[in-house]
Amino acid sequence: MSFRIPSRWAPYLLVSPFLILFAVFGLFPLLFSAWLAFQSWEPTSGIEAMQFVGFDNFAFALTDGWFWKSLRNTLWLAVATGVPQHLVAIPLAVFLHRSFGRWRGLFSGAYFLPYITSTVAIAMLFGSLFSTDYGLVNQALHAMFGTENINWMRSPEAIKPAVAIIVFWRYVGFNLVLYLAALQTIPNDLYQAAKLDGAGPWQQFLRITLPGIKPMILFGVTLSIIGGLQLFEEPFILTNGKGGADQAAMTVAMYLYRLAFDFSDFGGASALAWIMFGIIALLTWLTNKAFADKQVQR
Amino acid sequence: MKQTPKFLAYAIVAVGALFMLAPFYFMFVFATQSRTDIFNVPPPLFFSDELINNLKVLTTRLPFWKNVGWSLYVGLMSTALTLLFCSMAGYAFAMLEFRFKRALFALVMATMMVPSFMNMIPSFMVMDALGWIDTHRALYLPGAASAFGIFLMRQFAASTVPKELLSAARIDGASELGIYWRIALPLMKPALGTLGLITFISSWNNFMNPLIVMRTAENYTLPLALRSLFSTTSTEWGALMAGSAIATLPLIVLFVISSRQLIAGLTAGAVK
Repeated sequence: MSFRIPSRWAPYLLVSPFLILFAVFGLFPLLFSAWLAFQSWEPTSGIEAMQFVGFDNFAFALTDGWFWKSLRNTLWLAVATGVPQHLVAIPLAVFLHRSFGRWRGLFSGAYFLPYITSTVAIAMLFGSLFSTDYGLVNQALHAMFGTENINWMRSPEAIKPAVAIIVFWRYVGFNLVLYLAALQTIPNDLYQAAKLDGAGPWQQFLRITLPGIKPMILFGVTLSIIGGLQLFEEPFILTNGKGGADQAAMTVAMYLYRLAFDFSDFGGASALAWIMFGIIALLTWLTNKAFADKQVQR
Repeated sequence: MKQTPKFLAYAIVAVGALFMLAPFYFMFVFATQSRTDIFNVPPPLFFSDELINNLKVLTTRLPFWKNVGWSLYVGLMSTALTLLFCSMAGYAFAMLEFRFKRALFALVMATMMVPSFMNMIPSFMVMDALGWIDTHRALYLPGAASAFGIFLMRQFAASTVPKELLSAARIDGASELGIYWRIALPLMKPALGTLGLITFISSWNNFMNPLIVMRTAENYTLPLALRSLFSTTSTEWGALMAGSAIATLPLIVLFVISSRQLIAGLTAGAVK
């Protein structure tokens, strides 16, 4: 009848698309990038022009002013967007969980919506809202506080907060939903028992809610760190790929892009990618360790 | 005294939600305003009648409908391939026994950890070597067996497809691939729906991959096309907002229809 493959081959056949795509578009590029990090090469001169340079690319990155600047920018943005995201999302989730009943879905949906929309569309919209002379943000600030117009996109001091606001706006709802899910796993009896023992709302929050959602805080913060350190699209679009005045909004991922595609230094960009990978791994590990240690002390 | 904090909680959540939705409102309002009216004092707070004009500018500056078409095409192709490949692998990891299964699944999980910028340069070079620069398969093929999708499918298959059903089918003489296709796949429909939505949305929004491989405006997907409008010296804000609104509207519709499913899927790694 129909053609049949031996059944012990079936599992491998089923995972083969993954294996093939991973080998060609995942593993090979990764290995190639590790090799490229030790070469001096620009793409226009052909593959023969590649030259082994040892750790020169790494040494160059570590002495490069723009690398340190972009790293500082990235860390600044990661903290300025990451910390408020969680400080806002946790109490919001508690409010929504406690007192919104069937409206909960609607409100969490409103907060979540920015997460699924196009970065480009959003970045452009905010570009117009943050426009200097007659942008909505400046007009609103002027009407409420009488402030002078802020040159959001062209002053090094203002562009970072502008980017941070956009990123915060985009991801706070994602964290809110994570915390809402975590809150649902805390048994209600715990709160009842605490009430009987005379614990006020604040006490309940500190003693029951926070410990209950701690694993989610760890997870959410780790995601924010990983995501924050990869920040690329929002500042890239807002500054037209250049990093803005005085490169104040140039993140490491953006610098990597520029190094490769604007300055044709593929070796240097590859070295930079691996350095950044190491930094992300290190910070993720430290976060997990910091949280784990506290658990031991308790 | 007990009412005050509760009222305050309502007020804070409601004002916050307003701040979340306001930018969308202004995107649609600006889409109907002329280039200069957007920056009026006081700013326009309600719809006007310039939408048609803005669309005219948009379609003369860009092959706009072509770009919309490419976005749809790439989104549908990547959704179809992702559903096929991820359900295949997810099913195998959940239901079948084979050598190297644990190691391979660990590999799937490990690929989730690789930051997107790591692949930026080498994947450009791979595309270049394959001659795929400026082609659309460079956008939908490489990510079609995503670790996230395989993980989602595996979790779902493991919890919903009964093993007894599979062994019964085997006794009846069904082939392994037949069992996957005719028995397991229909049972995995809800998860396929979720993964399909997520895949389409992320393809529709994708900016970094097209930025690296696409070259000609005729072939651009929407995000890239809209950005090219932004880089000209005097930005046509009205047209740009009209384009952005068109790029955003389908997502809002999808979200309103399926927000529960979407949110559950997107946070699946965390909650499960």
